[in-house]
Amino acid sequence: MTEERLTARCLSKKTKYILSAAAIIAVLALVWVLEQNIPPTSSWSMLFTVIKKGAIYSLVVVSMNLLNGFTGLFSLGQAGFMLIGAYAYAIFAIPVEAKDSVYQYYEPLIGFSVPEMLTNAMGGAGTVGGTLGEYLGVIILMLFAGLVTAGIAFLIGLPVLRLKSDYLAIASLGFAEIIRTIFQWDGLGSVTNGSNLLRKFPTFSSSLFPLIVSGLCIAIIVLLINSSYGRAFKAIRDDEIAAEAMGVNLFKHKQLSFVISSFFTGIGGAMLAMFQATVNATPFTSNMTYELLLIVVIGGIGSVTGSVIGSFLFIACSEWWLRFLDEGQFLGMDADFMRPGFRKVVFALIIICIVLFYSRGIMGTREFSWDGVFNFFRTLPTRLVAFFKALPGRLVAFFKALPGRIVKFFKTLPSRISGKVKKLTGKTKNSKNNHINNTDKREEAQ
Amino acid sequence: MLSIKGLHVFYGGIHALRGIDLDVADGQIISLIGANGAGKSTTLKSIMGLVPKTEGTIIWNDTDITSTHTKEVVKQGIVLCPEGRRVFPDLTVEENLRIGAYLRNDKDGIQKDKDWVYDLFPRMKEREWQLAGTLSGGEQQMLAVGRALMSKPKLLMLDEPSLGLAPLVIKDIFTIIKEIKEAGVNVLLIEQNAKAALEISDYAYVMETGTITMSGAGKELLNDERVKKAYLGE
Repeated sequence: MTEERLTARCLSKKTKYILSAAAIIAVLALVWVLEQNIPPTSSWSMLFTVIKKGAIYSLVVVSMNLLNGFTGLFSLGQAGFMLIGAYAYAIFAIPVEAKDSVYQYYEPLIGFSVPEMLTNAMGGAGTVGGTLGEYLGVIILMLFAGLVTAGIAFLIGLPVLRLKSDYLAIASLGFAEIIRTIFQWDGLGSVTNGSNLLRKFPTFSSSLFPLIVSGLCIAIIVLLINSSYGRAFKAIRDDEIAAEAMGVNLFKHKQLSFVISSFFTGIGGAMLAMFQATVNATPFTSNMTYELLLIVVIGGIGSVTGSVIGSFLFIACSEWWLRFLDEGQFLGMDADFMRPGFRKVVFALIIICIVLFYSRGIMGTREFSWDGVFNFFRTLPTRLVAFFKALPGRLVAFFKALPGRIVKFFKTLPSRISGKVKKLTGKTKNSKNNHINNTDKREEAQ
Repeated sequence: MLSIKGLHVFYGGIHALRGIDLDVADGQIISLIGANGAGKSTTLKSIMGLVPKTEGTIIWNDTDITSTHTKEVVKQGIVLCPEGRRVFPDLTVEENLRIGAYLRNDKDGIQKDKDWVYDLFPRMKEREWQLAGTLSGGEQQMLAVGRALMSKPKLLMLDEPSLGLAPLVIKDIFTIIKEIKEAGVNVLLIEQNAKAALEISDYAYVMETGTITMSGAGKELLNDERVKKAYLGE
């Protein structure tokens, strides 16, 4: 193991930076070229939905992983924090003349729009300065959304983070629901528009925007995880008492992780608002948190790479790849059972399989590294050769053992069934039942 | 150096420490022996500020640290290597050591101490990049001691360092404790293995149900009839 790790560190830091920079530029350029060449009518335009939503989800899922996977705080408040971010952005971004049409039933309290103010201050709409001003306004508002979310998270964290494991999960889930209800409250209608939509605020059209913003935010999170703070987070996750005995201030670090995670969740929420072009508090329920948690688990608890891969795969499956299942056709034939909604059945099955067979997620706790990629390709030929060399032997062994295993399976079947029945009916003879349970376990292991 | 006077600790309704007086002089290994539930671990935890105290004072180098936060206690040079090793299993050996130096900012000093720990435990150097959870029990104990040393303590408190280890490994651990003392770190040791502990300690305390019933030089206690009967099985 040691030697493996040492030889695995074979690329110099400089090479890695160059490779990373090249990869980032290549991805951005590819997305840009595709955007220019794929018309919105093409079925491939779904790709951009996936990129946009995938990038936003990546950010939110990575920040959830920072909390759940790296600090070991099982918090389920994510949807609530996204909601705060989305509203904090939308409320201050709606242009002044659009306010009356948005706030139909209320007198809008916030009488200004940050992007609009900056547009006018830097040269007016249509000019280069004005466009820059609008971008600047949007970015300032996104930071503002993050800060508001972080501030509220700080207050919620004061009581909630004194709880542990399940209790923390329940309390944070409760707070998220409270936040949603408050935002839908009629009394705050002049700010939040009650339970009506907020819309007409500036949005983005290119997929490059969420990609770059999420990329930057995730890069900051990765730097944090690799810093001494990140080590302290992981120490708290692994063993609170030992971490405390080493002088790590438990509450301070938990609070820090909670606030930082919420900050980026808030930015993610703001981007989600821009992606949807409208905001409504209704979809930010615990269901959304569970979806995010699911992606964290699928990607790998404690792996940033896993969270990013998981997000894109999840979004691609739910928005694009499995759509054909809803269209009532299978391989050109009419298939009655493939009516709208069947996609979700298949999706659920896929998730069950992942949880059963990849219980540690796609990446486990591993991370992407150039060394890993390099070593994968370097050792690939030897591993392939070894695999194919061993294959005949393994096949022969498998088929040789097969009859015996089948016979054994059917031989022990009656006793196992009777054991199960006895267990269910409660008539157990201790010694015999133990024996049956043991064979049961052995069978399962095989 | 360290002086505890009349310390009382309650766990809910349970009176765990009933007025402890204990002194650690400079340049010594002090051990604390006694049966399960005598309050040995509680004594260490209360020094660290990990349990609330109802009465008594803890003086460390002329400062009162009775109600000081754990973080400050570590900063002032006291560190606890907790019972049952408690290394961070999903961090590498090297990261575990760095957590030990969490409150320090002197990069050179940290590197120097890391080299010293690797000198004390050459096995840790070999396993620098391995996850701590994959180490054997003895190696984990060594890592836990090394991690505690990384905070550059003046007083190292070891809670049952020999727990669940093979006799050969225990011997190693005790040799290293002596080496640590020679390097100028005072050691306060809790042990079930009373004989081994008394052999290396300069002074020792015997605890029973929350009070100190006996104290004396290590060699003295080794030959004491009551200690022999109760803890040495002779």
